[in-house]
Amino acid sequence: MTGQADAVPAARRRKRKNLRAQGPDAPRPQKAAAADATDSGPRYRAGWRIIAAKEFADHVGSWRFAILTIVLALAGAAAVYTTAGAIKDLAPNASGNESIFLLLFAPGQSINNVPPFTSFITFLGPLLGIAFGFDAINGERSEATLPRLLAQPIYRDDVVNGKFVAGLSAIALILATVMFVVSALGVIQLGIWPGAQDVLRLLVWFILTVAYIGFWLAFALLCSVALRRAATSAMLALGLWLVLSVFFGLIVGVLANFLSPVAPDATNQSPDTIANLQMQVNLSRLSPNELYTEATSIMLNPRLRTVTPGLVTNDQATGTIPGLLSLEQSMLVIWPQFVTIIAGTMIAFGVAYVAFMRQEVRA
Amino acid sequence: MAVAEAPAEESVQPAAPRSGVAIRARGLTKKYGDFTAVDKLDLAVNHGEIYGLLGPNGAGKTTTILMLLGLSEPTAGTARVLDVDPARNPTGVKRQVGYLPDNVGFYSGMTGRQNLRYTARLNRIPKDVAEPRIDSLLSRVGIADAGDKKVDTYSRGMRQRLGLADVLVKEPSIIILDEPTTAIDPTGVEEVLALVRQLADEGAAILLASHLLHQVQQVCDRVGIFVSGKLVASGTTDKLAAQAGAGPISIEIVAAPPLEVVRQAALKVSGVTKVEPDTRDKHMLVVTANRDVRADLARALVEAGHPPYHLRRRGDELDEIYRRYFVANDTAGAMYDRTG
Repeated sequence: MTGQADAVPAARRRKRKNLRAQGPDAPRPQKAAAADATDSGPRYRAGWRIIAAKEFADHVGSWRFAILTIVLALAGAAAVYTTAGAIKDLAPNASGNESIFLLLFAPGQSINNVPPFTSFITFLGPLLGIAFGFDAINGERSEATLPRLLAQPIYRDDVVNGKFVAGLSAIALILATVMFVVSALGVIQLGIWPGAQDVLRLLVWFILTVAYIGFWLAFALLCSVALRRAATSAMLALGLWLVLSVFFGLIVGVLANFLSPVAPDATNQSPDTIANLQMQVNLSRLSPNELYTEATSIMLNPRLRTVTPGLVTNDQATGTIPGLLSLEQSMLVIWPQFVTIIAGTMIAFGVAYVAFMRQEVRA
Repeated sequence: MAVAEAPAEESVQPAAPRSGVAIRARGLTKKYGDFTAVDKLDLAVNHGEIYGLLGPNGAGKTTTILMLLGLSEPTAGTARVLDVDPARNPTGVKRQVGYLPDNVGFYSGMTGRQNLRYTARLNRIPKDVAEPRIDSLLSRVGIADAGDKKVDTYSRGMRQRLGLADVLVKEPSIIILDEPTTAIDPTGVEEVLALVRQLADEGAAILLASHLLHQVQQVCDRVGIFVSGKLVASGTTDKLAAQAGAGPISIEIVAAPPLEVVRQAALKVSGVTKVEPDTRDKHMLVVTANRDVRADLARALVEAGHPPYHLRRRGDELDEIYRRYFVANDTAGAMYDRTG
């Protein structure tokens, strides 16, 4: 081929470039990823950011985004409106003036059969996560866009990272919108402004909620990697959601009675009963919903000191002086729940990540 | 190979005309368990050249391409794309290589232009460069009017054209096309192939994988016949045809019946060793001879009062090769190939 002779200068050109690249600040080959993101001038954006930006724009413009925002905002508004109407009756539950505002979100009970705002979020939050994750990867497969996407100069994990970040951002946006709507309604109804402590507690609760919904997003993402069809993936994710939010209490009760039976003549104070209760609590903590419910109750009610008031014996309770926990103290109480939820999210995402990296590009 | 990690800004530079070997594979092998999809493939594609990787469905063409792009890891052997190892530095390769996948897909809720913009962003092409480029590409592939329509209104042929534009957004110096002509109407095929030829003349190295041999062989400078993971023949189309033509040649005849008289007349021509009815077409005879007897055969038949309506040497246009490798391996593919 005539190319042989011409190839020499090309090779030399390349060699010269390499010599230049071996200067003191030359990126090590292993650090190619870092070099892509940072060393190549201001215009060189990391691949996951480009993908996240596109996916986020898709989410925000989508029907599911609009529908979920409206549904959650309506549910939240109904809950807070009802709670605000009954706030006088609830006032004794509030601990000092400081946390009246938080009562709007977590009155601790249903009022006129309308569950509290936090219960809506616990129940409907997973739907948000599933909605933005169930077709993340298999959608690209069924549209046959995945090979084209992966043939662009990005790393393969940019795809799954970008999609997770985009989903989480969309969820955070919806949640923030709903919280603002609900708070505004509360301010109008009650005529009081939230205190600094209330705002801080709501902020921590917001982060906690994003992490909790993030678990469901990561799980849905995993389903979308593992299952070829978006419909199957949605069914699996919704199935787990139903089991954990509706039937899990029943399952836990049966399991606990089997593993730690209670004698027929046992009283409320007998060791069997306490062991059984303890078993129930431990088992139910396998569910992120339970962990989130516990953390929410502490975070939005400074009077609570334990996530398991049912397990506090009279001896332990004797002599305690009712009072408010500071934000730090409340966070200390729920720290295990907080960390576990984040760990669960990371594990689900990690499995999805590894599964995606090991998958063949072609179906 | 570590030193060949190209600095990132190279992607933004327009591809300079190059020469020499662009793609090289040595002993490239891919196994899935016991199944060998690609078996010790040796391949070289030069700049300015169109190399046709031709083979039936399931021959391992797409697997080979995925390995060249670093999207699949070879079990053994090495690949070099512009001196970069795709297994170790896939992004370095993907900056330079435009890939049109088989059955290319787009985000159907976005317009054609928006899809191309996304590709431009993924290639970190600045907006002021990308916009005029996208405009000119849309008209170059002939869908300028449809650029602002959503992709779900596109026909498959339009998607294929958009796919070509998508490949060219990054101004690649290597272009890999997987079945670029399927699902396009005949005039569309001509246009697409003409465009591919232009790109090669501008200096790009083009690897074109297809099972539609008749369609693509005309634009290929060299072809490789790829069957069951093995490259069974490689070279210019003329060379391969000559290879196939060596030894006894076959000639098709259709002449005025009765066939038996024609057969007897043909057998009298010196050099003819065998005359048999064709296996598929009962009106056709296949003459086997040890030299090119076409002129003599024609004369003999005219003199016998049975002038031939059809007289054609098999082995032209790689026919013999197709027959030998394809019909045996993939009858359905070869049939489609003829009708398509």
